[in-house]
Amino acid sequence: MKKIILIIRREYLTRVKKRSFIVMTILGPLLMAAIVIVPIYLATISNEMKTVSVIDETGLFYEKFKDSETIKFQYLVSDLGSAKSGFTKSGAYALLYIPKTELALPSGAILYSKNQVNLNVKGYIKTVMSRQLEELKLEAKLRDMQPDKSVRQTTDDILKSIAVNVEINTIKIGKEGTEEKSYPEVSMVLGMFGGILIYFFIFLFGSQVMRGVIEEKTSRIIEVIISSVKPFQLMMGKIIGVGLVGLTQFLLWVVLTAGIVTVATSGLSSKFSSKSLPEQVMKNQSSGIASAVPSDVAANSRKAEAEGMNEVLDAVNSIDFPVMIGGFLFYFVFGFLLYAALFAAIGSAVDSEADTQQFMLPITVPLVLSFVLAQYIIQEPQGILAFWLSIIPLTSPVIMMIRIPFGVPYLQILLSMGLLILGFLGTTMFAAKIYRTGILMYGKKISYKELWKWLKYKN
Amino acid sequence: MDLFTAIDVTKKFSNHTALDKVSVTIPENSIFGLLGPNGAGKTTLIRIMNRIIAQDEGELYFSGRKLSPDDIEKIGYLPEERGLYKKMKVGEQALYLARLKGMSHDDAVKKLKYWFEKFEIITWWNRKVEELSKGMQQKIQFIVTIIHEPRLLIFDEPFSGFDPINVNILKEEILDLQKKGVTIIFSTHNMASVEELCSQIALINKSKKILDGNVWDIRKAYKTNTFELHYTGYNGNLRDFLPAQFEVTDQSTINDHFIAGIRIPQNGIPNDLIKEVLPYLKIQAINEVIPSMNDIFIRTVTQQVNIPVTQPEVSL
Repeated sequence: MKKIILIIRREYLTRVKKRSFIVMTILGPLLMAAIVIVPIYLATISNEMKTVSVIDETGLFYEKFKDSETIKFQYLVSDLGSAKSGFTKSGAYALLYIPKTELALPSGAILYSKNQVNLNVKGYIKTVMSRQLEELKLEAKLRDMQPDKSVRQTTDDILKSIAVNVEINTIKIGKEGTEEKSYPEVSMVLGMFGGILIYFFIFLFGSQVMRGVIEEKTSRIIEVIISSVKPFQLMMGKIIGVGLVGLTQFLLWVVLTAGIVTVATSGLSSKFSSKSLPEQVMKNQSSGIASAVPSDVAANSRKAEAEGMNEVLDAVNSIDFPVMIGGFLFYFVFGFLLYAALFAAIGSAVDSEADTQQFMLPITVPLVLSFVLAQYIIQEPQGILAFWLSIIPLTSPVIMMIRIPFGVPYLQILLSMGLLILGFLGTTMFAAKIYRTGILMYGKKISYKELWKWLKYKN
Repeated sequence: MDLFTAIDVTKKFSNHTALDKVSVTIPENSIFGLLGPNGAGKTTLIRIMNRIIAQDEGELYFSGRKLSPDDIEKIGYLPEERGLYKKMKVGEQALYLARLKGMSHDDAVKKLKYWFEKFEIITWWNRKVEELSKGMQQKIQFIVTIIHEPRLLIFDEPFSGFDPINVNILKEEILDLQKKGVTIIFSTHNMASVEELCSQIALINKSKKILDGNVWDIRKAYKTNTFELHYTGYNGNLRDFLPAQFEVTDQSTINDHFIAGIRIPQNGIPNDLIKEVLPYLKIQAINEVIPSMNDIFIRTVTQQVNIPVTQPEVSL
C-alpha cells in the first residue's frame, strides 16, 4: 500500500508539473467561459425590431406589454387556431398565447416562433407577466388584510406569498405549420455536457495511461520497477494517479470557468438596471400604490436582458444537483477506471504508440457509439435504448450522464452503478493479466490469439 | 551456507518450456555466474528469483526459508533491459526507485548522496535523465540497484553497453560489495569476466541446467591431459619421434621458439613426455592446458546441440 501511494504520487506530480497540463488548465476555462458568455452577449446586443403577436384569453395583460426599443407588441383578437395558421405569413417574430385559467391566476404562457426565441424577448415577456401577476396578487392580499386585525405579517411573508413563477414554453412552428416540441433546454444542455465531458475525459486520460505504460516499456524502466513492486500495483498506481490528474484538471476548470463567467456576466449586467424586482414591489407597497408599473420602457427592456440570464440560472436551479454532481463524479471516476485498465492493457501489449491501432478498436467502439447515439438518447431519455445503454457498463458512463438531468429512477441508477463497479473489477482483472505478461514482451507483434494465451498464464 | 536455492524450477510458456526442472544453489557471499547462450532461460530464471514472474513448479528458498514477497527488498536487480524515466530529474528518480525498495525518504537521500559523491555525479542531481550520457545513466542504474543494501545482487548482462572505464569501476564496486558480505549473481556470456570474478557457475542451455559447480573444479574436470611444450633446437615434426600414445594436437612457432600441444595418455604424467622429448630438443617451458570457461561453454553447448543424448554430467 505504501508503494502504491509512492507510484500514485509520482504519476500525479510528473503530469501536473508538465507545461501542457498548465496550458490546458488555463485555456480550457477560457474556452468554456467563451461558450457560455458569447451567446448571452450576442443575445443582448441584437437590435433588430421584433413584433410579437399576443392572444390574451385572460384579458389581464391587455396593454401591459409596452413596446420597447427592440420589441413591438400587437394584440390579436382572433382565436389561437387561426392565429397560428396566419402566423407563418404574418411576418411576426413570435406569437404569445396566454390561455385562460378557471380559478387561479395564469401561471404560464406559450410562445410560438419560427426560430429559437431570443432570450431577450422571452425574458421581457416573463418579467412583464410576473410583475403584473405579482401586483394582482398583492392587490388581493392587501384587500384581505384588515389593518385593525392583529394578523401581523412581515414584509418578507407578503413577498413570499405573492412570488410567482411564470413558465413560458416555447414551441417552434415549421414552414408548413408543423409544431415541434421544445425540449427542456437546460436538462438537454446539462445532459449533453456531462456525457460529452465524460467521453472526452475517458479518451484523454485513458490514452494518457496507455502512453505512460508504453513510455515505461520503451524506456526499459519497467523491469527495474517491477522488481520492487507487483505489476498490478504499478498498473493501479498509474491509473489512479492519472485519474487524479483528470479530476484535478476538471475541478480547476469548474472553478476557473465559474470565476470567469461570474466576472464577465457581472460586467455585462452592471450595464443594466441594478434594481431587483422585490425591491420595486417593496417600494410600491410602501407607497401604498399597487399599480405603479414603471413606465420607463427602456429601463424595462434592460431589466429583461438581465432576466434572460437569470432565467437560465432559474432553470439550472431546478435540476437535482446532488444526484447530478454525485452521478457525474461516480460515472467520471468509475467510467475512467474501467476504460483506463483496458488502455493500460493495450499499452502493455505493444512496443510503440503506432502499434496500438488494432487493439484500440474494441475499446473505442462502445465509447464512440454512446457518443453518436447521444443525440437520439437525448430526444428519448426514457426509451428502451436509453435504458439498456445506461445499464451496460461500457456505455453507461456517457449515456447515464445524458439521462440523469431528465430524471432517472433511483433503482435504475443504482443498478447501473452496481454493474459499472462490477465491470470495473472485471476489466481490471482482465487487464492485469495481459499487463503483467505484456510489459515484459519486446519486439514481438502481438495478435489477439496471443493475448488470449496470456490470459491463461499462471500468475 | 546457501543464500538462495532453487529446486526443480519449471516454467512453461504457451509454446515452449523456458525452464525444465532447473536447480541452482548459490552459496552465501559467493559470486555466482549464471551462464548460457541467448534464449537458454537465464532471464526467466532471474525473473522468477525476483518474483517478477511465477514458476509453474519448483521451490525457491532464500536464506533457508521459502522465498517470500518481503525478500524482494533484500534483493537488488539490474536487468538486461534497463532504463530510466527520461523526463524525470536524476535525483528525484533515484529517490523514487530507492523508496520503492522500501527505504525511508531520509535514509534514501543520505545514501544516494554518498553514492552520487563517490561516482562524482552529484552535480547531475537536478538534471533531467535525457540530458545524461549513457555512461552516466548506467552509473545511476547501478546505484539504484545497490542503494538499499541488498543481501543478494543480481546482474543480468551487467557489462553490456558499458565502456571499459565503467566496466572497471563496476567490477571494483562488485568485488568491494562481495567483501562486505553481499552475494552476487551474474548472468552473462562474457566468459572472461566469469573466470575473473565468479567462484561458482551454473550453465543453462535449452531450458536445462547442463553444468554447475566451482569454476576451478569445472575447468580441471574438463582437462584433457594436454600439455603445452615450449622448446627450441628442433624444427621437424614431433610426430617423427614421439610414440603413438602421445597425440600432437597442434604445433606452431612463436618468435624464437616452437610450441606444441601434446595430449598424453589418461594415466600418464608429464614426466613421461619430458623423458621422450629430452634427447631431441631443448625445453623452455611446459605447462598443463586448463580449458577456459569459453572453451567449456562452447563445447558443452554445441555438444548438447549435436548429441543431445549424451550430456556431460560433472559430479563434484
